[in-house]
Amino acid sequence: MSAARRPRVAVVVFPGSNCDRDAMAAVEVAGGEAVPVWHASHDLGGCAAVILPGGFSYGDYLRAGAMAAHSPVMQAVRHHAADGGTVLGICNGFQILLEVGLLPGAMLMNRSLRFICRDVFLRVERTDVPMLGQLRKEKVLRLPIAHKEGNWFADPEVVDWLENQGAVALRYCDGDGHSGEGANPNGALNDVAGLVNAAGNVLGMMPHPERRVGSLLGGSDGLAIIRGLVEVA
Amino acid sequence: MNWDSPATIELAREHGLTADEYQRILSVLGRTPNLTELGIFAALWSEHCSYKSSRVHFSRFPINGPRVLQGPGENAGIVDVGAGWVVVFKMESHNHPSFIEPYQGAATGVGGILRDVFTMGARPVMLLDSLRFGDPRVPRMKHLVDGVVRGVGDYGNCVGVPTVGGELDFHPSYNGNILVNAMCVGVARRDGIFFAHASGVGNRIVYLGSRTGRDGIHGATMASDTFDETAAEMRPTVQVGDPFTEKLLIECCLEIMASGLVVGIQDMGAAGLTSSAFEMAARAGAGLALDLSRVPVRTEGMTPYELMLSESQERMLLVVTPENLDGVFAICRTWGLDACEIGTVIEGTDVVATFEGRPAFRLPVGPLVDDAPRYDRPHVPPEPAPLVTFPKLTNRNWAADLRMLLAAPQLASPGRVFEQYDQSVGGATVVGPGADAALVTIPGTRIGIAATTDCNSLACGLDPFWGAANAVAEAVRNLACVGAEPVAITDCLNFGSPENPRVMGQFVSAVDGMAEACREFGTPVVSGNVSFYNETSGAAILPTPTVGMVGLVPELRHRPRGNWQAGETVFLLGPLEGELGASRYMQVVLDLEVGPVPPVEYGAERASAAAVRDLVRLGLVAAKDISDGGLVVAAIEMSHGAVGADLAIPSGRSLVRTLFGEWNGRYLIAVPADFESAVVRACEGLPITRLGVAGGGSLGFRCGTRVLLDEQVAGLSLLREEALKWLEVS
Repeated sequence: MSAARRPRVAVVVFPGSNCDRDAMAAVEVAGGEAVPVWHASHDLGGCAAVILPGGFSYGDYLRAGAMAAHSPVMQAVRHHAADGGTVLGICNGFQILLEVGLLPGAMLMNRSLRFICRDVFLRVERTDVPMLGQLRKEKVLRLPIAHKEGNWFADPEVVDWLENQGAVALRYCDGDGHSGEGANPNGALNDVAGLVNAAGNVLGMMPHPERRVGSLLGGSDGLAIIRGLVEVA
Repeated sequence: MNWDSPATIELAREHGLTADEYQRILSVLGRTPNLTELGIFAALWSEHCSYKSSRVHFSRFPINGPRVLQGPGENAGIVDVGAGWVVVFKMESHNHPSFIEPYQGAATGVGGILRDVFTMGARPVMLLDSLRFGDPRVPRMKHLVDGVVRGVGDYGNCVGVPTVGGELDFHPSYNGNILVNAMCVGVARRDGIFFAHASGVGNRIVYLGSRTGRDGIHGATMASDTFDETAAEMRPTVQVGDPFTEKLLIECCLEIMASGLVVGIQDMGAAGLTSSAFEMAARAGAGLALDLSRVPVRTEGMTPYELMLSESQERMLLVVTPENLDGVFAICRTWGLDACEIGTVIEGTDVVATFEGRPAFRLPVGPLVDDAPRYDRPHVPPEPAPLVTFPKLTNRNWAADLRMLLAAPQLASPGRVFEQYDQSVGGATVVGPGADAALVTIPGTRIGIAATTDCNSLACGLDPFWGAANAVAEAVRNLACVGAEPVAITDCLNFGSPENPRVMGQFVSAVDGMAEACREFGTPVVSGNVSFYNETSGAAILPTPTVGMVGLVPELRHRPRGNWQAGETVFLLGPLEGELGASRYMQVVLDLEVGPVPPVEYGAERASAAAVRDLVRLGLVAAKDISDGGLVVAAIEMSHGAVGADLAIPSGRSLVRTLFGEWNGRYLIAVPADFESAVVRACEGLPITRLGVAGGGSLGFRCGTRVLLDEQVAGLSLLREEALKWLEVS
């Protein structure tokens, strides 16, 4: 594939983002061209897909993702999403999507009140959204989490409504695909690890697909998601 | 008392200077210094900054080698790893602050070591932490463990550098002085390295980063003194870290350096503006003129004394040509960081400073930095470890002994600690914490960089020479298990008071042992740090010369694994028996801390390490170094709590030394059946014993028809997990 024809994926860089370089590298592995977009930018450089990477945007002062939600680039991300453009929020990026209201609910501190970094298993619940289109339904993925605030919470009515909508795209489970207390690392309601919006173009997830894009790094389970993103870009 | 009041001998003593040292100051200057000048002398001549008690012994370390680009003396050491890449690394202690305020002490320790590495133009890619705590049952100890772990985690996690390894150990000698040694490894292009030189008369001195507050004043002098029961009163001398600002500094400084806009750069670490200004001037043989009124401050009314000695964190000093100032300021603005000009490089060899329009001080650089006092302090050689007749250790209940061992904090699984650290940010972690050594790739290449920290302080207390030499050997073995060849080391030498001839004897002996082993293994010492005065009310810590070794896998093809799989054949490479001197078995099960510590058989170690390294690189074996807890504990680690093994010990050997002995350069390796003959051939000439086959859920050791042990691996692993269970709730 010639360089000129590679799909372009914007990766937003906030002050304090620390998975931006990893996300860019993963996009390149998946065959895309990664375009860094600074938080002060008012546009996404004409990219059809955007990643909000993990990290501690603006130091996560006030609340994880709260400051980033008010940055100029998030206006552009909002418009992009409203126009049907693809948005993937990973970890801090997911927290930011909740803060701007592109996805519902809020993140609380992990049940253990501690930062947790470990591999978790996820069950793929939706394969009809483009970013998860390369995966088989009920497939179990193994990806790392690394966060202190990943305990997703919403009012019971909201949770019910979301479940009816099929908004839970990725759910924590054990290695055999079964949900249960021991398989949920942080206390997230209904084992929510990833949510998708009604239109299917905005996905937020706590685990890090960009860190698993090759066998030397412990597996390629993340590559399918990044590829899904690149293909719609 | 004002900042410009004349100094007195009493004030000098309060600053930790001796009467002789004060006389030396008077004769160097030919006049009485003012209080600010005295504070600057005291900081730069402190043990922490000047290495005055240790420096004379460093000449025995090998510091050169074909890969060494920068040895000791800069912010960090640099080695060439090929293809235009270099690795920059250093380890440093933050012991005293961490005991007083564990969270901030540990956090700022991580921040400081990161700055030492990125200051040289390298992007930090690995953090490792070697931690030593006291008996968990003594008051405050669990709080200290918890605080240090959270401090290390919160800082490293936020700046986005993975914490991939380290050590965790407990011993009552650390009850009053815990050790927090942080190591950082960075990578850079060979032509992108920067040095901390303030050269070029007329160039401007730029202050970058956080504002200066009153925090951390006297940090360097505190780190150069022993503790007594009033240690808690020193809390105000501990700095407060801000990892978000550090992250911005990393990106900002790397961008400034890559753009070629800067002449020299140095962080403000221990002794703050004082050490950065004087050391940069000393390296360039230049003078500096500073206007202290221009230093950005956090509070009103700060005096030159406070401005020079504050250890506020996340601050850098840059040397920039006048025409590049605007370019540098533009990059700083992008990253939202404050930067301003505070001085100029001048002719001569003095640092002169003004404050509010009048002279604040004028001091000669040479005497302060290069001619700081050096002491060859009296030292008495350590007594040889007493020869002890070990009790008869036959017909024991090995299962009960094993349970006791696994429930001890020293052998606890550090999983609960490592889980609080981001291990994979950076997207380059191939082997993370919990393995023998950590391994990352340089992004975009197949070059693997490995790192490990090692020190068995129990052994060093019994025999500093062989204890330190064995720490180097252990590091070599750990690297071999991930397929890496040893390249160079950094060290962190933690000891009690150098004014005690017995402690000094331990130090000298440990340096000799480490130096010999480094020569034998071809691993020069390229950077390091000494932490003396780790004693409280006269009781010193165990001598703890921590080795931080970096290794290289030139062409990474297979991901090393430390666990065996069902059906694989299990071999012991190396002598069948270990040694019980300074072993965990003796320490934990028999409550005996006794030697002897075995010497390192360099030839045998080099040969077995080379064999293991090659096999791991080819992806033929899973390998594990046999160290703490001996063969049985190594087997439990290789089981990952999931896959057992049925292993047979040849008869006619000491069972306890085979099962629980340590040292002697032993490895446990697991081989898929197809590769068995190839592996045996590759190990020709080396002692190798086939022990059995992995599989099932239980770990069994037999000798002839006798069953020595037969335990479920899940249960054994759980014991190790639970040994630090209290970390969850504290």
